Amino acid sequence: MHWSNLTDFLAMGGYGTYVWWSFGICYLLFVCELISLIRNRKATYKKLGKIRGYETPH
Amino acid sequence: MPLRNINWFKYAAPQPFYGLAGKLIPWFAVGALILGVAGLYIGLLIAPTDAQQGDAYRIIFIHVPAAWMSMFIYLLVAFWAAIGLIFNARLASMLALSLAPTGALMTFIALFTGALWGKPTWGTWWVWDARLTSELILLFLYFGFLSLHASIDDPRRADRSAAVLALVGVINVPIIYFSVKWWNTLHQGATISMTKAPAMASQMLLGMLLMVGSFWLYSLATSLYRCRTLVLEREEHAAWVVEEIQ
Repeated sequence: MHWSNLTDFLAMGGYGTYVWWSFGICYLLFVCELISLIRNRKATYKKLGKIRGYETPH
Repeated sequence: MPLRNINWFKYAAPQPFYGLAGKLIPWFAVGALILGVAGLYIGLLIAPTDAQQGDAYRIIFIHVPAAWMSMFIYLLVAFWAAIGLIFNARLASMLALSLAPTGALMTFIALFTGALWGKPTWGTWWVWDARLTSELILLFLYFGFLSLHASIDDPRRADRSAAVLALVGVINVPIIYFSVKWWNTLHQGATISMTKAPAMASQMLLGMLLMVGSFWLYSLATSLYRCRTLVLEREEHAAWVVEEIQ
């Protein structure tokens, strides 16, 4: 373990703002992409089901 | 079954592809998660502080994987778009279209984390130098590909037009890659190259390679997932899709 305590870890040697914004935005965007993919798939199921008059499974 | 006995061309048809991708996606997703957790653990908790850049260098653990994926995915988009154009293969065109949003996302992350890395190390968020400008052009190429495709109603015509744009844009990828050699730039040279030993500590290298693997698998999983939805939309009149939707 490189860090001796949580404060040092969060401070990142004074570069905490840059480091945490980088990692935070990156993973936030990943989560947004995943949510949009799942919503898009459900919407497609619904749309195609409606066209044929079927009920959607989920 | 030995690999050579599998008829890979079978998967060029949408239905077998749909089934295969559905089986592969969970594996890619779990792999991305495991490699990502390991990479973040080593990158943020184990790897030592860089002698020159302090802890700001830790941005490398997402910046470099995102930048590599941004270029690599573009090559894949262009490759599948070309296959779709030349052989009139509709699944290839769907793959190209499914890869592009993830590629654009990776390009944005590379640019965004690059700015956050540039501020503490260079003293500026942005400079109009060769590496940064060509990467920004890559983002616009992705946007151009996607918006051109979206602007044409007939999907196959849209595939063909967007493919031409993707192919013309390929010239930008080697420009990005070699920009740090060809021009004077603020951007540092390649950290890892084929010809030299890596210029970084082994823990840093391990963390970065794990993150590269994680981003790879993430991109595969999301692109295949997007492609499966696209297959359903485009093949909605096929008997198997009707069954799938029921």
